[in-house]
Amino acid sequence: MAKSGITFNPDRFHKDQWRFHAFLGVVSLFMGLPIIFIVNHAFKPYSELFAYPPKFFVRRPTFENFLRLATFSSESGIPISRYIFNSILVTIIVIIATIIISSLAAFALSKLDFKGKIALNKINTFSLMFVPVAVAIPRFLVLINIGIYNTYFAHIIPLLAMPVGIFLIKQFMDTNVPKELIEAAKIDGAGNWRIYWNIALPLVMPAIVTVAILAFQVSWANMEGSSLFVDKEALRTLPFYMSTVISQQGNIVVTAGVGAAAQLIMFIPNLIIFIFMQNKVMASMAQSGIK
Amino acid sequence: MQNDKGIKKAFQSPYLFIAPYATLFILIIALPVLVAMVLSFTSFNTIQTPVFVGLKNYVDIFTGDTVFLQHAVSNTILFSVIVGPIGYMMAFFLAWMLAQVPHKIRTIYAVIIYSPSITGAVMMAFVWRIVFSGDETGYMNNLLINFFGVDSPIQFLQDADYLFPIMIVVSLWGSMGLGFLAMLAGILNIDRSLYEAAAIDGMKNRWQEIFYITIPSIKPQMLFGAVMSIIGTFNAAGLAQALAGGGVPPQYAGWLIVDHANDFGFTRFEMGYASAITVILLLIVLLFNKVAYKLFGERG
Repeated sequence: MAKSGITFNPDRFHKDQWRFHAFLGVVSLFMGLPIIFIVNHAFKPYSELFAYPPKFFVRRPTFENFLRLATFSSESGIPISRYIFNSILVTIIVIIATIIISSLAAFALSKLDFKGKIALNKINTFSLMFVPVAVAIPRFLVLINIGIYNTYFAHIIPLLAMPVGIFLIKQFMDTNVPKELIEAAKIDGAGNWRIYWNIALPLVMPAIVTVAILAFQVSWANMEGSSLFVDKEALRTLPFYMSTVISQQGNIVVTAGVGAAAQLIMFIPNLIIFIFMQNKVMASMAQSGIK
Repeated sequence: MQNDKGIKKAFQSPYLFIAPYATLFILIIALPVLVAMVLSFTSFNTIQTPVFVGLKNYVDIFTGDTVFLQHAVSNTILFSVIVGPIGYMMAFFLAWMLAQVPHKIRTIYAVIIYSPSITGAVMMAFVWRIVFSGDETGYMNNLLINFFGVDSPIQFLQDADYLFPIMIVVSLWGSMGLGFLAMLAGILNIDRSLYEAAAIDGMKNRWQEIFYITIPSIKPQMLFGAVMSIIGTFNAAGLAQALAGGGVPPQYAGWLIVDHANDFGFTRFEMGYASAITVILLLIVLLFNKVAYKLFGERG
């Protein structure tokens, strides 16, 4: 039998693969090195942060940098627990709201018939290219005037419109929720809400998980709300707090130690979630193409 | 009774499903774009009411703003042309290779390669600052001095010649995100019989397979990846400042149009002028996306 030179998704290691492994190993090392560096740096005691010549790996790991991050708050009057609480609360709301809003719209765009559907689909695909950073100024001018100033909404509302979220759920729904199933449910007398909740939603879980991860990523690291739309310290979130601590260290070497600790706190939850959910993410990304 | 039915019908309306998103979309995406367009024809300092000035902002930008013309535009174009396509091609080839190793090890590689994109370059800036620190305690300088015979430490982040390349490397490092995952998933889902058929037809060369089967099969994912990588290049807003340690970077190295707009908007409060820069930036984004759709779009 004629065999193709390409063997995608092989079952086991084969000696033909060694070149790929060599290359991927080097790339992984390059990509992973800064992260290994942060992990080591975050646990370095003072003496090792200032050591000359600088050492890559930590010798005597301590929690000094994390303690510095946590105890700084006693001077500002608000404990770190408050910022952590704010961040967790806001992130949970953002994730849930994003999932509900995106999946509702995706359901309509994928399965319901209505006037303007084609145009709306086009608009959403078009807005995939929308870059919030590019319109930071007018966004600020709009958001400052809608009454979210100094409320928790300042952290939530600006993050809720996620074109890529709708796009991913809709694409997944197009291929994984058969029309016959919906027709059958309609004949049985189910309304749109029931079809959405009982049929469509359970079948698009991989896409929902992917959107949840994206929402988590955006919200957990979001600083815009704290720096632009809130001036009450008690309403600010963890990333903002940490960036304040970092910027007030004064010394670049100490800054890097505390900064690495902060970075680790931002990064680790993301990494863990992704590792556990990567199967679902990959399933959803397979349907991500723009046609 | 009749009324009751009407309510029930309204409750099932597709528009009800769309409404929450549509509202937010208008508020957070459409309105800011519109506001930018309107304000770009005004002079506005956030306190007094905007004054209509016609095309003055645009004229000023293109005739008098030397920083914009000499640094921001060329940096932005150079940066996006390098980081966009290189990152994109890297993503494709990494995905292509990953697809050809067994599942378990592939997952490990993929997680490592994807993970930098979670953090993003700007957040990492202070760590990069210690790596590229300008004295011999900097990790990079230490390495160069001890192993490559460099005489004296290099001022990586204060030297315009180094800052921009560092910015590019740092951005590439963090650019294997959603687009990369999409292409990987796409390649793994290509119907394998296509390759077998091609092999029977005498296609032996891997390059032929890439260009005649792999890329055409994952065109939609390639387009998604392209759009994501265009968006990704804008994550470098503020990167040059963060690397150089705040303020304007030396000789405006790595100073992008986004930075220029934010500088006028948030530090000088010249919102009209900043909005005009924003509109120009949006047009550039649109242009890049048009190119991507031309290359990979099915109807384009």
